[in-house]
Amino acid sequence: MSELQHHILSVLVENRPGVLARVASLFARRGFNIFSLAVAPAEEDTMSRITIVVDVERTPLEQIVKQLFKLVEVIKISELDPRQAVERELILATVRAGAADRGHVVELIQILEGKIVAVGSDAITVSLEGHPDKLDDFEDLIRPYGILELQRTGRIALPKLDRDVRTSAVKGNIG
Amino acid sequence: MKLTGAQALIKALEMENVEVMFGLPGGCILPAYDPLLDSSIRHILVRHEQGAGHMAEGYAHVTGRPGVAMVTSGPAATNMVTPLCDAFMDSIPMVCITGQVPTTAIGTDAFQECDTVGITRSVTKHNELVMSAQDLPMVIRQAFYLASTGRPGPVLVDVPKDVLTNTMDWYWPTDAEVVDSLPGYRPVTKGHPKMIKEAAKLLLSCERPVLYVGGGILKARAAEALRELAELTQIPVVTTLMARGAFPDSHPLNLGMPGMHGTAAAITAMQKSDLLIALGARFDDRITGKVSTFAPEAKIIHVDIDPAEQGKVRRPDVPIVGDCRLVIEELIKVIKDLLGAGEVQADVGPWRSRVSGWREQFPLAYEPSEPGEALKPQFCLEKLRDLAPKGTILVSGVGQHQMWSSQYWQFEEPYTWVNSGGLGTMGFSIPAAIGAKVGHPEKTVWAIDGDGCFQMTAQELVTASVERIPIKVAILNNSYLGMVRQWQEMFYEERYSEVYLSPEVPDFVKWAEAMGCVGIRVDSPEEVEPAIEKANSINDRSVVVDFRVDAREKVFPMVPAGFSNDDLLLPPSQNETRRFLG
Repeated sequence: MSELQHHILSVLVENRPGVLARVASLFARRGFNIFSLAVAPAEEDTMSRITIVVDVERTPLEQIVKQLFKLVEVIKISELDPRQAVERELILATVRAGAADRGHVVELIQILEGKIVAVGSDAITVSLEGHPDKLDDFEDLIRPYGILELQRTGRIALPKLDRDVRTSAVKGNIG
Repeated sequence: MKLTGAQALIKALEMENVEVMFGLPGGCILPAYDPLLDSSIRHILVRHEQGAGHMAEGYAHVTGRPGVAMVTSGPAATNMVTPLCDAFMDSIPMVCITGQVPTTAIGTDAFQECDTVGITRSVTKHNELVMSAQDLPMVIRQAFYLASTGRPGPVLVDVPKDVLTNTMDWYWPTDAEVVDSLPGYRPVTKGHPKMIKEAAKLLLSCERPVLYVGGGILKARAAEALRELAELTQIPVVTTLMARGAFPDSHPLNLGMPGMHGTAAAITAMQKSDLLIALGARFDDRITGKVSTFAPEAKIIHVDIDPAEQGKVRRPDVPIVGDCRLVIEELIKVIKDLLGAGEVQADVGPWRSRVSGWREQFPLAYEPSEPGEALKPQFCLEKLRDLAPKGTILVSGVGQHQMWSSQYWQFEEPYTWVNSGGLGTMGFSIPAAIGAKVGHPEKTVWAIDGDGCFQMTAQELVTASVERIPIKVAILNNSYLGMVRQWQEMFYEERYSEVYLSPEVPDFVKWAEAMGCVGIRVDSPEEVEPAIEKANSINDRSVVVDFRVDAREKVFPMVPAGFSNDDLLLPPSQNETRRFLG
């Protein structure tokens, strides 16, 4: 069996009810797990952009992309190569921070350029934005103190601005 | 003009030139049935919603126009799931309207509520829940446009009851507005010129080519273009189960059906070929057998309107996305240009004699019954074929009788064969035959059914009687689920598990009579012809002929599931000459 790999799909769709379910069910019927998913309106509010991260072998992914493209509400699909894309994610985490640990936790948050968004008597809620790898590092570092709750947004991504990618984006806008 | 949603729905269907719809009313769809009384559309009242769906499919198969079914919410919608899936698998254009509970009740587990768009999402080309009466004309126009363009398929429109009773301002969208409203739907119909030229060159250079013709040829109305291409290039043709009739069986280039129960000539020609020109065919597992050993030396030209079919099973050397008819017409032009410019086609003569040899040496074969022995199903089909009026439409269910129908019938014209290929829906034939007869009332429609299939949807013969849609039904009755029995005999050491139905009940003749049909029972070979002649002479009501056939009869040739096409099993009488199949 060939190696599973992260693939990032950026799917521009009509902003309508049911579209996300259609997209998701193409993965579900094949038994593929979606690793992360981010959906929100795109440059025009009639459109949404869905960023899907999946672990799939190359061949079934090609078939899924073709099937996705057959969905009537799907306008455009690009598979983003991480080397040719900018990726961002946001994490919110409530971390245990009793009197003894609080100094260490705050220091760690500052080093990693996180923001403290809420403070409780023995916990701190922190937000951190950045490349998903950076968020992974943050999670690893903070875990020993005790993560009480955690939510990540899922990865969002856009192609880097080089000439080729810009051209394909323009084509996509035409249809 | 102010209309209710129900009036707008029916008017929209009229604007789409719907002449007939198949359905059954119920609570949530009730408002739509009132304006139907004043409409030009003929409504055929079925006895089960599944019947409405298959009738719409049968109608679409033979006319090429979208079949329309209308039923209520909940259980009616779930009964429609099988026909929708069937139409989806076989790319049949169909529009299905379902009632839904009022918008205010959606999601409350209201009476007869189900998540219709959720349930049917994966068995439709598209579906839509209409939340405002104002949207109805556009949604209906979109539905017909989507169902009948690109790769055809079923579209479901789910209409809540209050959307049917609310008022709206009537409008009718233009073609351009419909296209603009679907920015993500742009089917490619014209093949890429560079690819077509490449295909033409490859085609002219190969010595053992085969035209592998699938159902897409019929959807694209490309039978004539196909014939021109075959005759121009003298390339042998195989027609898949979904393409029977797309190329005349009597044509010297036709090798018959390939696949699990195909002819030895068709299967072997594909296996030994150096070029498969796949036209509207999808390399189904029933065709390829074990994929890794399928046509190992063949290059592939794959013409299909659906880009997702390219490379799904077998990577093509020349992929062409487009409408089969347009692509073939272009291909013919380019081939003629190349030949005109001095290019010479490789000599396919030796290949043609080789495949003709296979066809002559390995015809379809069965052991005729000796006097006093049980009737052979193949014999019944031969007689049905020979006595059928010209242009007869043949409709089958699923199983042994389906394979024998496809094998033993002589298909000369397109759109004379209707069956459930992809989904393999038992019970398809009776309602599909009724739909086909509605589409072509002037033609004789014979449904070939098994006794298992018949018992799944026979009640629609009541519909046929009441609506005066006379069809003819031949039950090849072996008291078994015959195809399953065949697999148990061959692959489960004759351990017959739950395949024996009953030779006594039901009494098919009485059942037929109870449904307003003529019932005829046939036990022996000499009764076959008179029974068929009688059936053919009755045109004012449906006829059911119960042929009591030999249960031991098996379908041959056969490529067992998962085996290579090289390992096809021939009829026992041909085993000794097997070595010539090389």
